[in-house]
Amino acid sequence: MKRGNLARAIRAFPWSGKLGLALVLFWITIALVGRLIAPYPSGAFVSYEVFAGASGKFWFGSDFLGRDVLSRLLVGAQFTVGLSAVAVTIAVALGTGFALTAAVGPRWLDELLSRAMDTLISIPSKIFALVLVAAFGSSILLLTLIVSITYVPGNFRIARSLAVGLARLDYVEVARARGEGRPYIALVEILPNMIRPLFADIGLRFVFIVLLLSGLSFLGLGLQPPDADLGSLVRENVNGLGEGALAILVPALAIASLTVGVNLLIDAATQGKVQ
Amino acid sequence: MNPAPHVEVRNLIVTVPGPDGAPLRIVDDVSFEVARGEVLALIGESGSGKTTIALALMGYGRGGAAISGRIRVGDATLDGGGASLAAQRGRQISYVAQSAAAAFNPARRVIDQVIEPALIHRTASSGDARASAVELFRALGLPSPETIGSRYPHELSGGQLQRLMAAMALITRPDLVIFDEPTTALDVTTQVSVLQAFRRVVRQQGATGVYVSHDLAVVAQMADQILVLNRGRVREHNRTGKLLAAPADDYTQLLIAAAHPHVKAQAAVPAKPEPLLEIAGLHAGYGPIDREGRPTLPVLSDVSLTIMRGAAVGVIGESGSGKSTVARVVAGLLAPVTGTVSLAGEPLAPTVSGRTREQLRRVQIVFQNADVALNPAHSVGDILGRVLRFYHDLRGADAQRRVAELLDLIRLPAAVAERRCDELSGGQKQRVNLARALAANPDLILCDEVTSALDTVVRGAILDLLADLRRDLGVAYMFISHDIATVKALCDEIVVLYKGTTVQSGRRESYDTPPLHPYTDLLIRSVPELRPGWLADETVQAAAPFAHMPESTHLCRLLPRCPLAISGRCDAIAPPLRKTSAGHMLLCHRTEAELIG
Amino acid sequence: MSAANRRSLWRGAGRLIVKRVGLALVTLLLVSAVIFTISGLLPGDAAQEVLGRGATPEQIAALRHEMGLDRPAPVRYAEWLADIVRGDPGQSLVANKPVADIISERLPNTLTLAALATLVSVPFAFLIGIASAVSRGRKLDRALNIATLSMVALPEFLVATIAVLVFAVELLWLPSITIVPKNPTFAEYVRAYAMPVMVLAVGVVAQLSRMIRAAIITELDRPYVEMALLKGVRPLRLIFRHVLPNAVGPIVNAMALSLSYLFGGAIIVETIFNYPGLASLMVNAVTSRDMPLLQACAMIFCAAYLLLVLIADTIAILANPRLRQA
Repeated sequence: MKRGNLARAIRAFPWSGKLGLALVLFWITIALVGRLIAPYPSGAFVSYEVFAGASGKFWFGSDFLGRDVLSRLLVGAQFTVGLSAVAVTIAVALGTGFALTAAVGPRWLDELLSRAMDTLISIPSKIFALVLVAAFGSSILLLTLIVSITYVPGNFRIARSLAVGLARLDYVEVARARGEGRPYIALVEILPNMIRPLFADIGLRFVFIVLLLSGLSFLGLGLQPPDADLGSLVRENVNGLGEGALAILVPALAIASLTVGVNLLIDAATQGKVQ
Repeated sequence: MNPAPHVEVRNLIVTVPGPDGAPLRIVDDVSFEVARGEVLALIGESGSGKTTIALALMGYGRGGAAISGRIRVGDATLDGGGASLAAQRGRQISYVAQSAAAAFNPARRVIDQVIEPALIHRTASSGDARASAVELFRALGLPSPETIGSRYPHELSGGQLQRLMAAMALITRPDLVIFDEPTTALDVTTQVSVLQAFRRVVRQQGATGVYVSHDLAVVAQMADQILVLNRGRVREHNRTGKLLAAPADDYTQLLIAAAHPHVKAQAAVPAKPEPLLEIAGLHAGYGPIDREGRPTLPVLSDVSLTIMRGAAVGVIGESGSGKSTVARVVAGLLAPVTGTVSLAGEPLAPTVSGRTREQLRRVQIVFQNADVALNPAHSVGDILGRVLRFYHDLRGADAQRRVAELLDLIRLPAAVAERRCDELSGGQKQRVNLARALAANPDLILCDEVTSALDTVVRGAILDLLADLRRDLGVAYMFISHDIATVKALCDEIVVLYKGTTVQSGRRESYDTPPLHPYTDLLIRSVPELRPGWLADETVQAAAPFAHMPESTHLCRLLPRCPLAISGRCDAIAPPLRKTSAGHMLLCHRTEAELIG
Repeated sequence: MSAANRRSLWRGAGRLIVKRVGLALVTLLLVSAVIFTISGLLPGDAAQEVLGRGATPEQIAALRHEMGLDRPAPVRYAEWLADIVRGDPGQSLVANKPVADIISERLPNTLTLAALATLVSVPFAFLIGIASAVSRGRKLDRALNIATLSMVALPEFLVATIAVLVFAVELLWLPSITIVPKNPTFAEYVRAYAMPVMVLAVGVVAQLSRMIRAAIITELDRPYVEMALLKGVRPLRLIFRHVLPNAVGPIVNAMALSLSYLFGGAIIVETIFNYPGLASLMVNAVTSRDMPLLQACAMIFCAAYLLLVLIADTIAILANPRLRQA
């Protein structure tokens, strides 16, 4: 899309879409520079009071150990956004790659891939992630792989139905009749027409991954101390729940503003198509 | 009798929100009136606003269309003075949609849908409505009128559904019936009887009609007056006979001319004809192959044909005749079960993967619907360039030069190369679609219904282009179509397919006079002629003596529909292939003399 | 239509349903293989796990033998599967009790929670889904769209946190953990379940209502709807008599899907509210690496999901005349 078109499309967004875009840009910025602008080191005990309220010194108060919530939030967001972005990239690359293979490959390969993915999709995603974590543990690398693998079948299903639909179109038949090879048909004839419809799925899957990652961390099965993502922040401060501590509310709201923002943005961007 | 016209439309304007938000006029200042009991036809090509006007008569606008102006139908008006048009939907004004197959609710039994207007408008009790539905089914010539209603839409044929939809429209005995291209989705041999049934029943009920169509010949049979529309404006409005005999407007003249397709360029017949493509004993179909070597869904059985170098051979048939399957087999997209395809004497491998690039280059295929035949992600230049690189290894400036030549050949400006396909019009897309085949420098182009999705006027231009290309480049065509007039215009030889078998083949001239195969005869006689009264003249088709017999692959496939079937022969053994004295082939038990007489 | 004809129609549906049942069983078998394989790939194996780091290799080998871990994987899988089918998935490594006992204690709790959440969610989801489909593109639809879009994206622990803050901390109406007393009165029952059910329902309502809206809108765009309008059919009749019968398939599938989503939500909700259900049990099993327990829990969740999908498929087949006669 040309730059002018993009600007025009954004101007045409409803207010919710603009809000979504702002939130997404905000979190991308935080993920890039969070560590640099944090007022305190994220692990430093800086307050004598635990679960302190907001103050000029600690904008979001202090946590259960008297650490600065804002600083921990800025660093935690980096983990949440960064790991989720990597994971969604892996998930979509694998899912869509398999989908294209299934769409242009021989029938048996399609059957095999579809059967395998149908099996994996029959394991509810959080259950699947729990089994994987139990088996492999949760180092950062494994955790990223686990959440991406969890969402490969879902992406495969959507991408395959798109790709199979496109593969039946006459322009693909023409390419086949011309004698084009399978990689050309998959990558040049089919893939470019999948990107726009897949966009919504990528966004949605990013949201799922953020929620799964934070959910695992909240359960203590995700990122392990001293690293902490937003879900870990909620978990470690869960004792502040009874007193309504900012330390638990702020990271939870942070996750929500990220996921809701992405959702609002996708909704606005796909509006014309969905309606 | 009310002296005022039944339907009165004054200064009708319909606007829809345009892409930039500004309102776009799709119907612009249209006025007409229809006397009670008369039929008015709205005729025009796609985008003429004909359906929009018809729907406006029911106070209905699609997709946020805004209707203004004065419309009066009986006592009902658009703004609700008297009664509102919207309140008369399905009661005094009813509608027959283009595709009955889509317009029936797939989850409900047909009878419940047919009597629904009577029930919701409380014009009859359920029992009375059912009884009159059965009466209508009978009057419309539906088989087993008592029980057909208990079926679901997917169990019925297109022609049956179209009649059932007419019954649904007439169940409340409306004053005005709107027919929106009601036979466009039907095969031509089905169309005639559906048209006859419609006309009979509408006359019986004394209803006023508005008939929307793109087909002048059909309209000539149905309408008392014709309104010619183009881009939302009225071009001409007159009584049917006068308009056809003496069209005043140049656009009307264009439409009338396009109804008789003919091409100017005629290719010279080569001095020494040599065969280019030979198909022999072709059997093909879809699905797994059973023990007897037949696929689950057999489509073609024992099809043979030859195309000479530079010749144009028409393959004609209705939906389900297998005509597109022939092209798919020749192109190597579908492997035949048995039979051979050879190109200039060399046998071709069953599928693309076994053929050489040179063999693939020599045979190109062009599909009907250019909207899905061109990849919307690529520019015209990319699409043509890929073929040049693939077959001729042309790149860079050479390729660009050749792309410009190709565009010139199909009479499009060179700047089109930069455009993406979704920015082109339907006719332009179809030209690019052809250019892609030409880029290979093929010997043979398989044209699969390439003119069917186009408006009549554009269709004429594409046919002319095809004829010119053949004359100039010496390329041969296999021209697949359901429309015999188009095929006759372009091709020197014609093959008629019926349910996957060749029933007749021969030179174009041989189709002008008997002997004809009974099916060819039906096909030719079913094409409406551009004169009022043709439909009435057309004698009701003679009954087929074996209509009760199921279709069999071992006998003549036409048996259940053939009026000339002979007891003891046609219902017992497969028909022989006869060569007539004029030199064409017929698959029929009847002798040449019998078919002439 | 003759009676014989009708009977053959139902036989067609029966064949199709039997095929689906078979397919579901095959899928469940494959799922069990996946779960067994993954949980058997444990880097240190179960014997190591039980004995801890200080164990000598001899001790480990002895325990491995005792636990049958030294036999080939396919044999172990077959035995494990047979045990599960028999309803005895072995001994919990941590609690030292039969897994079956632990599960039979916890499973009813989760089923109750899921049933209550479903009961609350489905009516709301239908109401919202139908209302926004009918008012497509108008203010109500846009507002509901943004509301459900946001609700789908909320993490359960945020909803739970806010619910606790409002109802337990500020208003003091509800307890912040879920303890159901023995023989509860109706009021006690409602008080105990109100919050977990509410938290689960937020996600389910949002997800289900969006899918119902989408299913209805797909149908609203089909030509038969315009035809019905042109017959003079009114909006309520249009939705209930014309559109919904065609949307049954996608809607029941959406329900199966959102109920499976509910399992995922239960993992967080049971943990937050300290509710003794199967999902929190599974989390404990992961933390303590109690593989037999984990495997059994996972199998129950997968079987439940496949059962839901199977029921949805069956309803969809019976509701569609074309499939019914296939």
